[in-house]
Order: sequence, then C-alpha cells, then structure tokens
Amino acid sequence: MSTGVNAPRPTAVTKLDRVVIRFAGDSGDGMQLTGDRFTSEAAAFGNDLSTMPNFPAEIRAPQGTIPGVSSFQVHFADYDILTPGDRPDVLVAMNPAALKANIADLPAGGTLIVNTDEFVKRNLTKVGYDGSPLDDDSLAAYQVHQVAMATLTQGALADTGLGKKDAERCKNMFALGLLSWMYHRPTEGTERFLREKFAKKPDIAEANVLAFRAGWNYGETTEAFAVTYEVAPAKLAPGTYRQITGNTALAYGLVAAAQQSKLPVVLGTYPITPASDILHELSKHKQFGITTLQAEDEIAGICAALGASYGGALGVTSTSGPGIALKSETIGLGVMTELPLVVIDVQRGGPSTGLPTKTEQSDLLQAMFGRNGESPVPIVAPQSPADCFNAALEATNIALKYRTPVLLLSDGAVANGSEPWRLPEVDDLPDLTVEFATEPNGPDGTFLPYLRDPETLARAWAVPGTAGLQHRIGGLEKADGTGNISYEPDNHDKMVRLRQAKVDGIPVPDLTVDDPSGKARVLVLGWGSSYGPIGAACRRVRKAGQSIAQAHLRNLNPFPANLGDVLRAYDKVVVPEMNLGQLALLLRGRYLVDVISYTKVAGLPFKAEELQNVLTDIVKGVDAA
Amino acid sequence: MTTTDLGLPGLAGVPTSDEPQKAKDYKSDQEVRWCPGCGDYVVLNAVQSFLPSLGLKRENIVFISGIGCSSRFPYYMNTYGMHSIHGRAPAIATGLATARPDLSVWVVTGDGDALSIGGNHLIHTLRRNVNLKILLFNNRIYGLTKGQYSPTSEAGKVTKSTPMGSLDHPFNPVSLALGAEGTFVGRALDSDRKGLTEVLRQAAEHRGSALVEIYQNCPIFNDGAFDVLKEPGEAERRLIPLEHGKPIRFGANGEYGVVRAGFGSLEVAKVSEVGEDALVVHDAHAEDPSYAFALSRLSAQDLSHTVTGVFRSVRRATYDDQTRAQVEDAKASRPADLASLLRGKDTWTVVG
Repeated sequence: MSTGVNAPRPTAVTKLDRVVIRFAGDSGDGMQLTGDRFTSEAAAFGNDLSTMPNFPAEIRAPQGTIPGVSSFQVHFADYDILTPGDRPDVLVAMNPAALKANIADLPAGGTLIVNTDEFVKRNLTKVGYDGSPLDDDSLAAYQVHQVAMATLTQGALADTGLGKKDAERCKNMFALGLLSWMYHRPTEGTERFLREKFAKKPDIAEANVLAFRAGWNYGETTEAFAVTYEVAPAKLAPGTYRQITGNTALAYGLVAAAQQSKLPVVLGTYPITPASDILHELSKHKQFGITTLQAEDEIAGICAALGASYGGALGVTSTSGPGIALKSETIGLGVMTELPLVVIDVQRGGPSTGLPTKTEQSDLLQAMFGRNGESPVPIVAPQSPADCFNAALEATNIALKYRTPVLLLSDGAVANGSEPWRLPEVDDLPDLTVEFATEPNGPDGTFLPYLRDPETLARAWAVPGTAGLQHRIGGLEKADGTGNISYEPDNHDKMVRLRQAKVDGIPVPDLTVDDPSGKARVLVLGWGSSYGPIGAACRRVRKAGQSIAQAHLRNLNPFPANLGDVLRAYDKVVVPEMNLGQLALLLRGRYLVDVISYTKVAGLPFKAEELQNVLTDIVKGVDAA
Repeated sequence: MTTTDLGLPGLAGVPTSDEPQKAKDYKSDQEVRWCPGCGDYVVLNAVQSFLPSLGLKRENIVFISGIGCSSRFPYYMNTYGMHSIHGRAPAIATGLATARPDLSVWVVTGDGDALSIGGNHLIHTLRRNVNLKILLFNNRIYGLTKGQYSPTSEAGKVTKSTPMGSLDHPFNPVSLALGAEGTFVGRALDSDRKGLTEVLRQAAEHRGSALVEIYQNCPIFNDGAFDVLKEPGEAERRLIPLEHGKPIRFGANGEYGVVRAGFGSLEVAKVSEVGEDALVVHDAHAEDPSYAFALSRLSAQDLSHTVTGVFRSVRRATYDDQTRAQVEDAKASRPADLASLLRGKDTWTVVG
C-alpha cells in the first residue's frame, strides 16, 4: 500500500469471498475509467475478476437521462470466477438516472452509495421521479450511503486553483477512492496511472489524485461506514498474470501470429463498434511488421487484406455483424481463390444497426452460410476475454495452413469484458511458418496453382515475384489443378466438394465434457462468450446436489469429430444461446438430436441464476422421468 | 541496372530483367475470348507490346481486375494476376501494393466496374495516391450483362433497361479523377496505338496512382460509339492531343487552339481569330488541378471535342510508401519484444 492515504483502520473488517460492484453514472461521468481502475487494483491485488462494461451507443446522450447512463460492473473474488456477476452487491449511483436505471438489479440488503449532489429537482424530474427517492422509504431495503461527492471533491480541490467545473469532474476519482478504501484496495497503481494519463496536464493529474485520496480519507474519517471488506487474493494456477480485455487479447494474438508466422500482417478495416479497439491496438505495434489500413469502407478493408494475402502477407480484417454483411462477397472470393484471411466478427445486437454497444451471438449462421454458393469457412469462437489471444493464433494457423478465410466470432461481452490472463511463454507459442511454392509442380516445368497437398487439401501458394510460377486466379470457377477458368459441369461438382472437404477435414480437438459426478444425464452445450455464465450455472446446480455435464464448442466449423457421440450420450442436451437457436438448428440438422434450445436476446450476457433455474428444471424433469 | 537508374520512379523497387523481352513473352496460354472486333484486343496488344520496354521482371508485374468484359484482361497476360469481384480491384490492389513495394501493380477496369459499383474505391485510391496504374476501359455501355446503359452513357441512351432513354447525367471520368485528387490522369483512344503507348509509358513512370481512360469500342452493344473520333475529316477537328510544354493546337492544319475563357475555364478558338500567342501552353505539372479540370471540361458528351494525352502529372507522396515508412520507423525506434508487449505494465505472480 502506498503512503498518503492509508491510516489505521478503526472499522470492523469483514472477509468476503466475492464482491460485485457496479459503478453507474452519466456518460460524461467517467464510469468506464472508474471501473477500469478499480479492476486494475483488484488485478494488482491478485483477485480473480471479470468485468462487464455497459454503455450507450451515443457518445453523449442528453445529460442526466436514462439513455445516457453508462455503467461498469466488476466481479472480484478469492477463487476462480466465470462471470461479471448477475447482480451487484454494491451500486454506486452518480445521479438519479443511474439510480433509476440500475436499482432493480440491486438485491435487497445490497449497498447503495449515492452522489446526493445530483439529486436536485431538475434532475429528478428529468427521469420521472416525483420526489427524491432519498427522502422517502423507497430505498428502505438497501443500506444507503448518501455522499455529497461533488461538494466534497470541490472542497478537497479548493486550494488547487482549479475551476469549479473542472474540480467537479474529478468526482469519479472521489468515488473510486471511497470504494478503494472500503475494499482495502492498493492505491499506488491508480495514482501512477493518473499521473501518466494526465502527464501533459500536471494540475489535472494532481487534482485527480487529490480527489482519489479525498474519497479514501472520507471513508476513513466519517463514521458512516461501519465495516470494510477484504477479498483475499485468488488461488489461481501458478504463473504471471495480467488483466486483459478481449479486444486487446485478440490484437495481441495477431501480433503473436505475425511473429510466429514470420509474415507481415496487414489489417484492412473500417471503424465499427465494438471492434474498433482491435484497430486502435494493432496500430500501436507497427514495430512487429504490422500495417493497419483504415479503408474507405468495410468492403475495401477486407479487399485490401485479401490483396495483401495474395502478396504473401497475413491479411486480417476486423468488423461487427453489419460489416460481415458487406464483406460477404470478398469472403467468397477468398474461398474461391483459396487465400489465407482472418475475418474477425465482434458480434453485437442485430439485425441491421441493432444494438451497437450490446452483445449477442446472432452471427453464427451468417458466418456459416452468409455467402452465395457453397462457400464453407472455418469458424473459431473464443470463450472468454483472455481466450481471444489463443483464438487469434488458432484462426491464423488454420487460415495459413489451409489457405482459407477463417471467421473468428468474438462478441461485445468478450471484447469489452476483462479478466486475469496467465501470460504464455513466448517460446511455447505454436510455429505458424508457411512454405510458399517456389518451384514448378506440374508436368514440363509448369505450375499448377490448384494442385493440392494430399493431406490438407491446401493448394500451392505462389506469391507474385516468384520467377516461373506466374499464374492467374480469380472468382470464376477453377479447373482442378491448373486453376484456369472452367465451366465444365463435372469439374465444378468436383471443386465444390473439394473446397468443402478441405474445411471438413481440418482437425479440431475433440469436445471434452466436464461432469465431476460422472452420472449426469443432462448435457449443457454452449459456444463462445456464454462459457462463463453456463459454467457458473453448472457449479450452482452441482452445489445443489444435482448432476449436470458441461461442454463448450470452440470450433463451430468444422465441429469436433466426437460431437455427435457426445450429444447422443445424454438423455437431454440443453443449448443456451444469445440468439434464437442458431447452434441448435445446426446440431439438429447435422446430428438429428433434438436439443433443447434456451435463448435470450436482451443484449446482455446470460445470468448464472437464470441458467441455473433452467438447468435445474430440466435435470429434475429427467430424474423424475 | 535498377528502375531508379532508368528514370522510372513509379517503378522504383521493382526488379528489372537483363533478358530482352518481346510482346509474346507477355501472352499467356489462354485463348482470348472477347468478341471479334472488340477494342479490348487492341488495348491488350498495346500493353503486351509496351511492357517489354519497361524491362521489368515479368513475375514482378501483377494485373488485378474487377468484373466486366475488360476485366478478363489478367487471364491473357503472362504475369501474375487476379480477376476479382465487381468494382473492388482498386481496393485489392491497394492492399497488394502496400504490402509489396517490389511489384508493378496494374488495375484493369471498365466504366461500370470503376465508376458505378466501384466508384468509392476508385476515388479513395486516387486521393491516397497508391502507387498503382488504373486502366479504365470506357465503352459507355454494359457489355457482359448484354447492353444496359453505364455511368458514362450519354443521357437519353436507349438500351434494354432504358427503352424510353436513360435519364442519368453521365460522369466525365477525367473530371472525376481530377476532383478525387488524382495525381496522374490521362486519356487515349484504343485505336491510337502510339498515343495510348505514350500515355501508358508516362503512367508507368509516375509514382502514385495513375488513371488512364481508354475509349474502347464495343462492337456488339455500342458499336461505333467513338467512330467520329476515328473518321478522317472528323477526327482532326474533334481530337485535342496534349503535349507537355507545347501550345494546345489541333485541326487538320492546326487551325484550332485552346485559349483561356472566363472564371478559369478554357475554350476552343480559331487560331486565325485569336492569334498564336493566345494559345494555352500545356502544363501537366501545374500544382493547381483547376487547369487540368478546365481541360477535361472541353470534352463534350457528344464528342464534339475530346482531349487526349496526359492532363495532369504531379508528384505527391504515395500512401504505400508512407505506410511502409511508418512501419520501418517503428521497427527502428522500438524493439519488437513480444514477451514485453504481452506482459504490459501491471502483472502479478501466483506462486504454486
């Protein structure tokens, strides 16, 4: 702990195994930053953690309104946790809108910390409160702490010479300081962070540090808070950890892919929520041989990536669902020309513009089938923020080895959420080096660009600049071997089947089933970011004395070879998805197993409690039958 | 000998060949499948005859096309090539040219491909000034889809899709390219082998995006669209050939010239009436594009006048050169230390 803000503690200390805190305020209140800093403190302390930012698509919705509310939820614990938490134990509400939008999620007995300065008539009326909820008994079920955060912050900064408005803007750091005190968090990281962030404005940096300390000291000196809490470090697997978001992990995975493949990476992309941070991150790491190209539109982004791949680079494009719709034709060209391409879809609520800042898993069928013709592409879906690193390496490996576009299906929850990541040993990362064709491979010194490796069915990849191997490729059907234009009926039939066989033949690891009891009759099968809530729900079901088996799909195309056997081994298979049953449709069609589809499309991740109830009912039903 | 020694900045970095080359070296083994009499044949021959003069290694030349009759072009070239998707060739070529400074990248496109479905990519490629050469075959009609009007068809065009006449006002591709901040814009006729070759040569020399509009006859769906520019007696009084540093003068006996008019515009005048000194001396290197734009406006949709040659050729840093320079700068100033990147600033260690 740093000096300066830490004095002896008079209050009682309660030990907790886990806490969920939600910071909520206006879009301009800096709630994402506040939550992010608290998360970093928890990470530095060694807790396991999981976070969920939730913010509007508008940059600054009208101040003080419900649509303008931005929140950040962080779940930290002394054991390994799987989700950002269903409901907060502590809600910090910076204004009436934040209170109104979030109070329903706070369970009775929960702690509510309110910035009273904003609870004035005008703000209350704006969100439809007749009187102040702080003055009636509507909040009687909660432990309410009323703190005049703006006033206290301004008071603390009175001597800094900072204007009243600038001083008031530091109130989020006051809130952070107070919560940091309550939960015995380390503080030096935040102070260092603030001084770095505002390095060019030292007076602002010091003001924020002062506000942060004022919040801490407020907790320390007032007697309003009788108890503080400790959440011990988690007993995670040995190793060195850092906190990471999904988008950052994905970008790092691509940097690692550049190193491991020894290829330059060209990211051709167009800004879109919630994928833009991948572009932002990669654009900072050009020293790894990474080129980022912000194109004129989604189509140009993927086309530039494919053009770079044609030239022997690793082409990557990043987008969300609406962008995939625009890129479809180029993905098809990648399938036809059999060039490597990594296509990242950070899924968001749809259709159309949908819910740009909310999460959904509804692009699975678009990824699988959203192109003209028989156009198979491998699909990889990370299950958590840190897993995005490995998913990027895996997608790259498949793309390079099989010369094919690969769809990487992330989503808003994984992309913006964060968790501890055990750092991999760089020396242990997979070798992704590629062998380009350099010699003729056909009769009489000719080059056959569509001659295939008998094992992988990948075609020979000769890049421009290779003497003697000049050839032409394109979107028209290829003659087997030569790659020349061919309209022959039998050739087309053969090529369609070859392209399918190539993707079908990609070896993916067998599906593993987690069933500690070994007696489960119900299997719950998910994919992508629902891993956390499904896993948490399974733990609860088992804790209640019932058996349930869990498996999670990372490879959506091709499916693991044992998937059919796994599905048929259980009396019931439940498939929870944040869509209307897209994986369920594929499973029923492919394996003729009548899975139970449980779906929700609220723009938010599943809650563990909700899935627990669903699974419990099904398990009981099977046991009773 | 390098391309820089040869005075070809547009091809700097592209390896040259010491082997003498012939046009037939650039012919692929694929049968050319354009309609008999198509202007595309003439352009193909001109390009195949011209490329040996650059002395580049054939394997370092790439032709990228979109969709349309002209976009079959790469199949007939014994170089590397990609026949891509409708309108997207400039975007694909941008990625390729950015990734590979050692390639001479050519885009082959048509009036529908470049100006209709691919209009966005065309203008953004030109403003970025990516080092690639765009050959825009303009036949003022959709050929491959069997005869609908195109964005360069004259208004009122009667086609299968416009039996009562087309309503759209057409693009002037040269004006469009200049408005899109193009650094090199030229025009040639398919039938004018010498003029076309000269524009191609200058385009190849230019470092940056070069747009060459080629008037090309479609004998099936728009036959004779440019005949007035080829008929003796008509051609001379309609075609205005440009030559840098020379007064702009044309006509069978040089009786016409181009002079300045109001508001920065240009007009055609009889030399006998305005005098030789009034003629505009062509300056393709003028920084201000409004001069080249004024030239482009002399070309009328009814072909009463058509300016050919190089309208504009100015130097501006290219997108791909600058992109690569940023990567090189980053490599020179920061170590590519993956372990350090992954570790970041804040880590903690769990001991077993």
